Parts: sequence; C-alpha cells; structure tokens
Amino acid sequence: MKYVIIGNSAAAIGAVQGIREYDKDGNIVIISDEKYHTYSRPLISYYLKGAVSEDNMKYRPESFYADNNVETMLGVKAVSVDSAAKKVILEDGGEVAYDKLLIATGSKPFVPPMEGLDKVEKKFSFMKLDDVKAVEQTVKQGSKVLIIGAGLIGLKAAEALEHYGADMTVIDLADRILPSILDSEASEIMMNHIKSKGIKFMLSTSVKSFEAHSAELTNGVTVDFDFVILAVGVRPNTELAESAGGSVNRGIETDKTQAVKNVSDIYAAGDCTKSYDITSESERILALLPNAFMQGNVAGKNMAGKETYYFNAFPMNAIGFFGLHIITAGSYDGEAYTEINGKNYKKLFTKDNALKGFILMGNKIERAGIYTSMIREHIALDEVDFEALKKNPMLMAFSRERRNEKLAGGVGNGN
Amino acid sequence: MKRVYVNEDRCLGCHLCETYCAFANSGETDMVKAFKTGKDAVPRIRIEEGDGINFAVQCRHCADPLCVKGCIAGALSVNNGVIEINHDKCVGCYTCVLSCPYGCIVIDYKNGGRTVTKCELCTRNNAGEPACAANCINRAIVFEERGED
Repeated sequence: MKYVIIGNSAAAIGAVQGIREYDKDGNIVIISDEKYHTYSRPLISYYLKGAVSEDNMKYRPESFYADNNVETMLGVKAVSVDSAAKKVILEDGGEVAYDKLLIATGSKPFVPPMEGLDKVEKKFSFMKLDDVKAVEQTVKQGSKVLIIGAGLIGLKAAEALEHYGADMTVIDLADRILPSILDSEASEIMMNHIKSKGIKFMLSTSVKSFEAHSAELTNGVTVDFDFVILAVGVRPNTELAESAGGSVNRGIETDKTQAVKNVSDIYAAGDCTKSYDITSESERILALLPNAFMQGNVAGKNMAGKETYYFNAFPMNAIGFFGLHIITAGSYDGEAYTEINGKNYKKLFTKDNALKGFILMGNKIERAGIYTSMIREHIALDEVDFEALKKNPMLMAFSRERRNEKLAGGVGNGN
Repeated sequence: MKRVYVNEDRCLGCHLCETYCAFANSGETDMVKAFKTGKDAVPRIRIEEGDGINFAVQCRHCADPLCVKGCIAGALSVNNGVIEINHDKCVGCYTCVLSCPYGCIVIDYKNGGRTVTKCELCTRNNAGEPACAANCINRAIVFEERGED
C-alpha cells in the first residue's frame, strides 16, 4: 500500500499517526511545498516576538518521519492530481503514484483587490514561517505598520510587532474586532485592552487606494506606513481536489470518513475542507488546528482500512492577546447567561435543553473544557445542576453516575 | 495501566493531596522549605467540594486524549500511557484547557500563565509513586491497575 499525503501540517501529521495505528508497513510519502520539518503554523507570531525558537516550533520531534517510516519530499510542489491514473503531478514534471491520497493543503491568504497595492513594496501575509522570517528582516524599532484585518491573524501579528515598538494601525471592514469568535461586548473589552498597548484601530473602513508608503482609507483618513500586513482572511486551497474531479464548494467536500466526494481513494482534511458543525447544524469551513489534526487522524485510519467517522466538529478557539485570554466554542445561538467583571467575561448560550456555545475571557477560562464536553457530548441541561455549572465548570454538577464514569474512566473519549 | 482513582465516599476534602502535589513538583526535598521559598508548584490535582461530597480530580491520562490531539504546539505527548507536557514548547494558548473534558489542565499562575501544567503521575519528579495517593490520609485516592486498557 502506498499512501501519499500532500501537506505537512496538523492534518498531515494526524494522518500519519492514524495510518500507523493500523498499518505499520505501508509506504507513506509526504509532499510539501514548504522546505521545513513539520512546524506549528499558529506559533509564527510567538516566533516573531521571540517567545519560541524555530527549533521549538517543530510540531513533532525531529525523529518523527524516521520513527514513522515516512518519506518526505519537502520544497516540492504538487500541481495536479490525475485520479484516473492515480498519480500526483509535480511542478517539475515528476509524478508520484498513490494507492490512497490525502489532500491536506490548508488555506492561503485572501487578498481582495485594492487599488495601488502593487505600488506597495513591503507587504506581507502572516501565515507561514517564511512570512514571519521576511517580516523579521524588515521590521525595525518603531516601524510604522498598517495591519489590514482585525481578526485572529492580524491581531496576533500586532501582538508580535509590539515587541519591536512598532507604531501600528489596524483597520477592518467590520465594525468590531475578532467578529468570528467574539460578540460585540467581548469584542469591545478586547479592543480596549489592545488599545491600551498603543495600537490604533479604525473600523468599518477599508483601503480606497495605496501609494508606496501610505493608504487612503474610505473614511477619508490617510495612514502612513513602512510596511503592510495583509490579514483580511483565508481561503481553502482546493485546486488539487478540483483537478482530481473531487467535489468542491468553497471548501473540499468530504463524507464522515474524510473521503472526498465524487472521487475514489482520495481523502481530504484540515483547513482546505468543510466540516459539519454540530452546533449550527451546517457545513462550515473550520480552519482550526485541533479540527485539522482530528480530521487528518480519521482520514489516516480510513486510508489504512479502519472505518472511522469524524462527526463531532464545531468551532473552538483558545487565544490570548497581551495576556488577556479568550476561550470560545460552538454557536452563539439561544438564551444567553452573562457575567461581566472588568475584563473578565462569560457568556453561555443555551437552546433546546443543551449548551450550544460560550465565550470566556480573562479569569473565566479555567476548566473551560467541561463546558466544551457538554457541547460535544450533547449533555441535557436538565440532567445536570446547570445553575452551579453556569457559575463554575465542575464535575460536581453532573449526576453521581456520570461523574463516577468520568472519574473512573477518561479512557477513549475522543473522536 | 495504573491510574489514580478517587472514592468520593471517602474524600474528606482536606486538600492534603493538593499540598503534596505542590511539594512533589517543587523540586525541593524539604516540604517546609518548598513552601517558605515559594517553590511549591501549582497543584495539578484539585478538590471539588459540595454538600457532603468531596472528591479530587486530576488528569485521567485518556487513551484517546483530546488535549494531545488539539495541542497546537506539539507540547503534549503520550509516553507509556502518561500524558506529558513539555514546558519549553508550551506557548500558553490554552487550547488544552478548552479541550479537556475533565477540566484537568492547570494554568501555571506561578509563571504568570505563560504555560499550562498537568499531572504526570509523578513520573517526572522524585516522588516515586503519585504523591496525592501516597499521602491521602483516608485512602480516598488510590493508585492502582483497574485493567481499563
């Protein structure tokens, strides 16, 4: 059996581990256009601010490929998949045959058309190690920086650049920061927190036109900069799946085994795919590392012949900015329970006798996973002491039977 | 494998397990000195107290751990069934706090929350066997094999 994996990040590594649980001998080949040992993409901002070394960014130990008998083709770009002939076509014209293929190609920055962007000499995306290495070469103490996008990527970039004393302006078309994970109240708390570090925000605006070192915004303000960080959003890399004839609708469409719809022996996992979100009951692109690993892991098991399903996806985020941490999950739908105490914020959303989502910030984040498990396990609220749970996540609030199960067990609760 | 189990009918809620955990992970050999110098570690076990019911909770060392699967940094790993944390790799994003169904990942407030920490069954300190179980005065916490995996 020959397994070929395109991609070398969380989903790909999850797949290797999944395959090796059931097939110790088959050949595994990883093809990646990046030249690096597998590393954690979300750690690039920590690298830029000097909180983690390049070596400690490795997502798995140096010996991972050898330990798992994986052949790597790094710095090699796959350009198409011939699903009839079952081979991957490389940029240099080479071909790699497969029995089972995993597409774990992630996502790419989305840069909307902006007038004069080509005049800007120094502009960077913020997704890959090479992106931050380029920023590292450019940033100087006190550099003026325009960050386009007040989402997770843009604000993580801002946190890192603050270590260089950068003079930053963050703009976004939305009327609040982090709209994908925070409601308006939490968003305002976080924005004020980040503003206190000297970072300026301009919301509900976008770039009208660029000059080499300035941008005129639609709100009439002109912002000068030494360089620009482009962090508007991301889009799934779906070209390879399309070339193979797989089903793509914004993201790559898969079944519960992570097999790509419309083709055979091709699987997909990670940020390039769509997932079924159990909290909104809809197909969504969940570009989240834990989701990518788990999808990849399930894909790998299925590729190795062990039928396994991925069925418990929902949005989950844990992230902090300048020491203020946020943990969120699920959908913000239904009745809300709210606690606000300065920067400490808690909002729980319940609907149909179940917890559907939550936003926790500051000192409200401890033991958040108990809430997450209530979403994941569809715990009926009338079977727990939800009044107690609202205030503090605790196992005490579960029935004695379920509590004993949890305390005795803890074996095999994953996906 | 051997795990730590708790009998909630026997737990007195005395918090000695937390104290011994903090000491065992302090790196000190003298308990008084460990606490006096502030070297006591953040306890990786915690007591939940209720109306006449108390029990201790710490990492269950799941066979299929969501914390390890979700760790963005590759800082959590499984070594002979024990879920270990590499504090040099942890960036304190708290994805594991978000993931653990038992609420057993502990934010290390002793280092300002820069990392998390967790129970490693005293396999990486000098306690020998789990200090919480060894020092539980009412045998509410035991370290034993129950053949679950």
